[in-house]
This record gives sequence, structure tokens and C-alpha cells, in this order.
Amino acid sequence: MYAWIWRSLPGTWQARLAIAAGLVAAACALLWYVIFPWLEPKVQFDHGVVNGTPTAPATTHR
Amino acid sequence: MRTVIRGLGELCITAGLVLLLFVTYELWGTGRYTRQQQDQLNKELVKSWAAPRVTTEKVKLGAGLALIRIPRFGAKYHFVIIEGVELADLRKGPGHYPGSALPGALGNFVVSGHRTTYSAPFNRLGELKMGDRILIDTRDRQYVYKVTDRKIVKPTAVDVTDPVPFHPGRTATKHLITLTTCHPEYSAAQRMIVFGELSESIPRAAAGAGAKPAADRVSH
Repeated sequence: MYAWIWRSLPGTWQARLAIAAGLVAAACALLWYVIFPWLEPKVQFDHGVVNGTPTAPATTHR
Repeated sequence: MRTVIRGLGELCITAGLVLLLFVTYELWGTGRYTRQQQDQLNKELVKSWAAPRVTTEKVKLGAGLALIRIPRFGAKYHFVIIEGVELADLRKGPGHYPGSALPGALGNFVVSGHRTTYSAPFNRLGELKMGDRILIDTRDRQYVYKVTDRKIVKPTAVDVTDPVPFHPGRTATKHLITLTTCHPEYSAAQRMIVFGELSESIPRAAAGAGAKPAADRVSH
């Protein structure tokens, strides 16, 4: 896959390297600013709330 | 066949790199969202404090409730506490358990926050020592709590949020604060709980949240 992309890039090897770096940067930016912000609320590593379910504490007694 | 295997290998390596980037994003990138929200909430809070008092002041879910500052974490440490502990609330900052006592009130003022990710407001909770001050600013008053205890509990230990922690049903006699976060860091296996008790209630200087109020100290 990557070899095929490399062969498809035009120009000298310097130009190819620059274009390849640009493609990688664009892919990273797309992930960081678009895909990850969309994905991130759907997964959670860090739970700080007791009871596991983040709702009001189950203290009905007063 | 060879190209297929090579393609698969390349895909796996790419997926690994993307995952690494995602972990990086979770740990440091999510803070950007929290900082934006905190700036916004801070502005709203300061504005609402400057406005005349509404007769029944009830904080909406997801809105700012109070300011928390902990001198041990540095002069710059301050977060707006949000009403609510849903996922969406805790993404914005530390959250107050709805139904638990309000700042300075009799009972238990319970606040939960992220240990990592989303600016990690409670990252350094483990560094708190007995007697350390936790400052809670509200519209009129600043409540100074002093740390009394720290415990590691199971995630199911809801009794830490009781008016009298660990004694469900008992009537509150003290003004307490309870901070909850996850433990160990980067895990959700346990919860770290920091308990504190109100030691002082002083009028908040009307100008700016950072100003140190001086006049008429009321001791508790």
C-alpha cells in the first residue's frame, strides 16, 4: 500500500518526500481535529464518580 | 498472496500508530475542550455573580456552581464546579453531585473530577495532606475547607456521598466536603476520596475571584 503510494507520487525523491510528509500531516490533522473529538465522548478511560453509573447518588434515605 | 500479507501488515502498523495518537489525544488533546468550556463557564459565573440576586437561585444542570481553588496545587489552580456528574458535565470540569449539600451548607458537598484527561482537575488529589485548604468561592462567601482524611474505596462505595460519610441515614451535624476521583491513575478500578471539613466562611471580595477577602472573618 505505502509502496504503491510512493510510486504514484510525482517528481524527484525530494518532492515525493515533501508530498508524503504533507499527506501524513493532513491525515494526523484530520484524526486530531475531526475524528478524535467525535470519537472521544463515546469511550471513557477515566471514571471519577462513585457508583459506576454517573447519576445522582443513590441515597434516598434522609 | 505476498502483497495481501504485506498490505495487512501495513494496515496493522497504521492502526497501531492511530491508536497511539488517540491515546495521546485522550490524555492531552481533551484538555483543550475543557479549557474552552471552563473559560466560558467562568465568564458566565462571574457575570451571574455580578448581576442582582434572583429570588430562588437554583443552579441548572450543566451550569457553573462555584469555584474551587486548592493552594497546594499552585496559585493558578482554579476550576469552575459544574452542577451534575454526567459524562458531559465532567468533560467540562469537576462536577457537584446533584442532591448532595451545597457549598458551605450542613451536610456533605460532594464533587467528582477527572484524574486524567479533560485537563485532569483532580490529578494531584493524592498529594493533599491533612489540614490542606480547599477554597470554594460562591456568590457571596468563600468557604475554606480543611482536608481531614483520604481513602481509597471501591467504585460502588456510594456511602462516601452520604451527609455523614459511611453512615447512611444519619443526620448531618458537620459541614463537609468530599472530592472523588479515580484511582489508580489511568485506571477506573478504584476511587480516591478526599474528605474535608469547613473551617472558615468569609465574605468573598466582590471584585474578581482571585482577590483575597480580608474583612470580618467568621470562624466555624
